[in-house]
Amino acid sequence: MADPMRIRAQAAGDKTTVRILMAHEMETGQRKDAAGKTIPAWFIQEVTASLNGKTVLTADWGPAVSKNPFMQFTLKGAKAGDKIAVTWKDNRGDTRTDEATVS
Amino acid sequence: MKNRRQMLTQSAALAGLAATAGWLPATALAYSKDAFDAKSVADALKAVGVTGAPTESKDVTITGPDIAENGAVVPLSVATTLPGVKQLMLLVEKNPNAVVAIFNTSEFVESNFTTRAKLGQSSDVYAIAVMNDGKALFAKKEVKVTLGGCGG
Amino acid sequence: MRTTTCLSLLVLAGSIALPAAAQKTTAEGIAEYRALLQDGNPAELFEAKGEDLWKQKRGPKAASMEKCDLGKGPGVVKGAFAELPRYFPDTGRVQDMESRLLTCMETLQGFDAAAIAKTPFGQGEQKNLEGLVAWISAESKGLPLNLPQSHASERRAYEVGKRLFFLRAGPHDFACATCHGADGKRIRLQDLPNLTKNPGAGEGFGAWPAYRVSSGELWGMQRRLNDCFRQQRFPYPGYASDVTVALAVYMGVNGKGGKTTAPAIKR
Repeated sequence: MADPMRIRAQAAGDKTTVRILMAHEMETGQRKDAAGKTIPAWFIQEVTASLNGKTVLTADWGPAVSKNPFMQFTLKGAKAGDKIAVTWKDNRGDTRTDEATVS
Repeated sequence: MKNRRQMLTQSAALAGLAATAGWLPATALAYSKDAFDAKSVADALKAVGVTGAPTESKDVTITGPDIAENGAVVPLSVATTLPGVKQLMLLVEKNPNAVVAIFNTSEFVESNFTTRAKLGQSSDVYAIAVMNDGKALFAKKEVKVTLGGCGG
Repeated sequence: MRTTTCLSLLVLAGSIALPAAAQKTTAEGIAEYRALLQDGNPAELFEAKGEDLWKQKRGPKAASMEKCDLGKGPGVVKGAFAELPRYFPDTGRVQDMESRLLTCMETLQGFDAAAIAKTPFGQGEQKNLEGLVAWISAESKGLPLNLPQSHASERRAYEVGKRLFFLRAGPHDFACATCHGADGKRIRLQDLPNLTKNPGAGEGFGAWPAYRVSSGELWGMQRRLNDCFRQQRFPYPGYASDVTVALAVYMGVNGKGGKTTAPAIKR
């Protein structure tokens, strides 16, 4: 099971800044190991975020997103106590969902 | 050998999957493989259905450092104030494949997304707003990539 | 968030004003790059792991690290990092954070400290140490460095560290001081901290452990020193050896009062 994400969601007025750190190698598939073999591509392809169970953001990523990815976006109309959930799915079909509460 | 925190996280994760499984809209976009396979900015735009050449716009912004100490992690933001935008794309012209990320706009989030990208070398980076009518508007800036310190 | 807005204004202004003279200096550019990375340090992912590892029952003795004494009493983690290295009566020697973790992993959990010291960085228990050092240093974040010099061994370690710092050796006749012994030194685009006094010593010593974006790895001070030795073409120091501890004492005492930023984010 992949390591948990760190999600911070801070409300200021009717805007909530959501910052996410994900634990993922984001291997491009361009690198070679010490023996000269290509290290296979392994990266997050899809990211979704939901507010109280309703999808609010979807994004597609490629392997050029940095290792241990960081993402930030601004949610409209959320308030303290609301639940944010973030899900990622990678090219191997692995997936991870973590939750945070808007503070 | 799981500790309590791992078990809690896992059950939260499973609960999360179950909760979101039925909530995604039926029209959720499939992964844009062709866009990510495209080598050039022009090919990437074709792959997402853009018609015609993209035009530069002051209402689309690409934000980031002028110079990066290391190309592995370059913080970049793409944003637009325009209505009628379907997607915001982040591209690095000189990367082996130009597209870094594609953010779908929605009424629930501001059209302003920040992430970190790998740059293989100094390059122009683009924020491209793909409009509902198939046109594309862009902003670009140059990011110089250096190798700091003793190299590595 | 405000930084991004200011920067976007700067960037827009820069793109309108064409002459090169209007753009910022390289040093300013690098500083801006570093500022943009401050929010959202992947070291936090290691901190989360470290906290788990501290509390988890592990090793042949199936025990946690919660009784480990890092210098402020068994189990006291808050503030401990800002006072290391220091003298420990139970082992009779001056130890840094990683040396002390080896002691605790052996005596409390039954691990083989010598075997861990021989394990390459990033593998096996060395990987777990990355999480532990990230979390332990985070528990002192923002505190002023305050290494004790009350014990004779601590003062001797400082003097040994000072001599090691200025010792020229290896095929290139380098010393730590060659790069870090004076103000205003630079390698390519990187300004090098002067580790002989504040503010350089506090800023330099207080920033490790750190997440290195160039490799996407969490480096403890031991790994940082190991790499310094490699770059000078010195033989590798032993993991948590007296040499590394002495150098750490020298830098940390020079940095007294400097606020720690560990675990920081570095290129």
